[in-house]
Amino acid sequence: MRALTWHGKHDVRVDTVPDPQIVNPRDAIIEVTATAICGSDLHLYDAVIPGLMPGDILGHEFMGRVVDTGPKSTLKKGDRVVVPFTISCGACFFCQQQQFSACDNSNPVEKQEASELLYGHAMSGLFGYSHMTGGYPGGQAEYVRVPFSDVGPVVIPDGVPDEQVLFLSDILPTGWMAAENADIRPGDSVAVWGCGPVGLFAVQSALLMGAGQVIAIDHYPHRLALARSLGAKVIDFKQTHVLEALMEMTGGIGPDAVIDAVGMESHGFSPDNLMDALKQKVGIGADRAHALRMALMAVRKGGRVSIPGVYGGLADKFPLGALMEKGLQIRTGQTHVQKYTRELLHRILEGEIDTTFLISHRLALEDAPTGYRNFHGKQDEWTKVVLTPGAKGT
Amino acid sequence: MPRRQTDLPLAAAVLALTVGAGLAAGAMLKSPARRPPDSAPGRTARRSHFGGYQVAGRTVTIAAPRSRIYDMWRNPDRLTDFMEGLAAVQVSGDDVTWVIDTPDGHLAVETRLVEDRENEALAWRSVPGADIEIEAKVQLRDAPANRGTEVEAHIAWRPQAGTVGQWAARLRGTDPKVRGKQELKRLKMLLETGEIATSSNRRAD
Repeated sequence: MRALTWHGKHDVRVDTVPDPQIVNPRDAIIEVTATAICGSDLHLYDAVIPGLMPGDILGHEFMGRVVDTGPKSTLKKGDRVVVPFTISCGACFFCQQQQFSACDNSNPVEKQEASELLYGHAMSGLFGYSHMTGGYPGGQAEYVRVPFSDVGPVVIPDGVPDEQVLFLSDILPTGWMAAENADIRPGDSVAVWGCGPVGLFAVQSALLMGAGQVIAIDHYPHRLALARSLGAKVIDFKQTHVLEALMEMTGGIGPDAVIDAVGMESHGFSPDNLMDALKQKVGIGADRAHALRMALMAVRKGGRVSIPGVYGGLADKFPLGALMEKGLQIRTGQTHVQKYTRELLHRILEGEIDTTFLISHRLALEDAPTGYRNFHGKQDEWTKVVLTPGAKGT
Repeated sequence: MPRRQTDLPLAAAVLALTVGAGLAAGAMLKSPARRPPDSAPGRTARRSHFGGYQVAGRTVTIAAPRSRIYDMWRNPDRLTDFMEGLAAVQVSGDDVTWVIDTPDGHLAVETRLVEDRENEALAWRSVPGADIEIEAKVQLRDAPANRGTEVEAHIAWRPQAGTVGQWAARLRGTDPKVRGKQELKRLKMLLETGEIATSSNRRAD
């Protein structure tokens, strides 16, 4: 089959690789009909996430048609499914608590060691990501082996276009959980840092959950315009002093909840950065941690902090004092995708949520390297790239 | 099942830093000769005193009743279903020979079942004259809040004179502590999900 493979920093290629097979009883094989490039794929593209190996197949936002099933799969050949990026067994203590991204049983045993060293515990397996999260071959490919296919995949009714439901795989539930983690109450002021896909879906979700006003912060004019079109007020940090503006826009109180949808590209992961941190140097890139620091300063006393942005390592100059003295609450984590997919599918089918506004570019899988280059280099216009396997490349 | 080796340079670097920091901290800590014992298992002590024995152990919580886990261990020939380091188990009454995979081939360890409390504990001890003096024990307790069973497995061994280096060499690269922990995780996967997770895209040929 054809698949987008990683070969090093800023080096991704579409290669011919062996087709996947049913390996375990609960597996299914999906023929991919649509797959997207995620902002977190750019962390891999920038080679700031460790544990990737040349030849690894990327992609964790995908959907398709079931072409083969293991004896314990509950899917049927021909089913159209969206596949959550988190791989979860559904049976362990964590899955039973609906903490699916903490699944005990989906990250292969021998891959858990590095996470245990860095975080104390290993998280669930993820598609198309680091070998720290299992090294599972991803969805930017013609076919994908989907483990625990009786738990994750959501069957989509015929007649619903791929693009309406594709983002159930990651960014829509991630934006939704970001808003849920902000514990929004009616009338709340919510500030969202970052108007990438997750930030925009967090804006949309926060408004649906009853926020009185959502203030979105970024510097890309087009992305700010998208946030505005969803109903947010916007702050361009290149022209406005964000902390002052947030105070003025919230009656001098500060936002009740803040959402950091920026993350810091896991710069803290690499050994040299860990060394730097230990040497009390900035190391992890002060600019990258800036959004979270600002969010902690901006949020009102006793407010809520939600962090959907990806962090991987250590934080330097973290405003721990503001966190404690102001009595803040923090909720964060990789998305428990399976907890949200059915409700969000319902909202999409009811017309309450539209996600297609985000898609700026549609390419053949064969042109995926062009997609990566532009999603990385032209973030203002390239807000979301959807790839179609089998289509003719340019 | 085929598995790709992940050799994360990161892990090595973090380990180096951790060890370095640990040594520094250790040097700074004054440790009085005698302190009252605490509640932790002895194998987690900063300094262990088990005579000539090496000790490794691990506890894992499995969402399954004690009886199911006991049955698995009571019929050790089923252990090869999940223990990747185990090539075979030969059972004859209470005598159990464990055939362990090592980089240099198979190592057979002859033991006898010395403790058997149904749904609670099992222990095996090496027979006199075995290459290694070893005792392995599995204990089962109900986990709190209906979380299933806490499975505690530990192993204590004392290589016989002359075979120390030999055995250590045979097991090089496979720290028994890491190995034991990984086998328990595989048991958990098998009992909780019916399969053992792998990211391999293809069946073993």
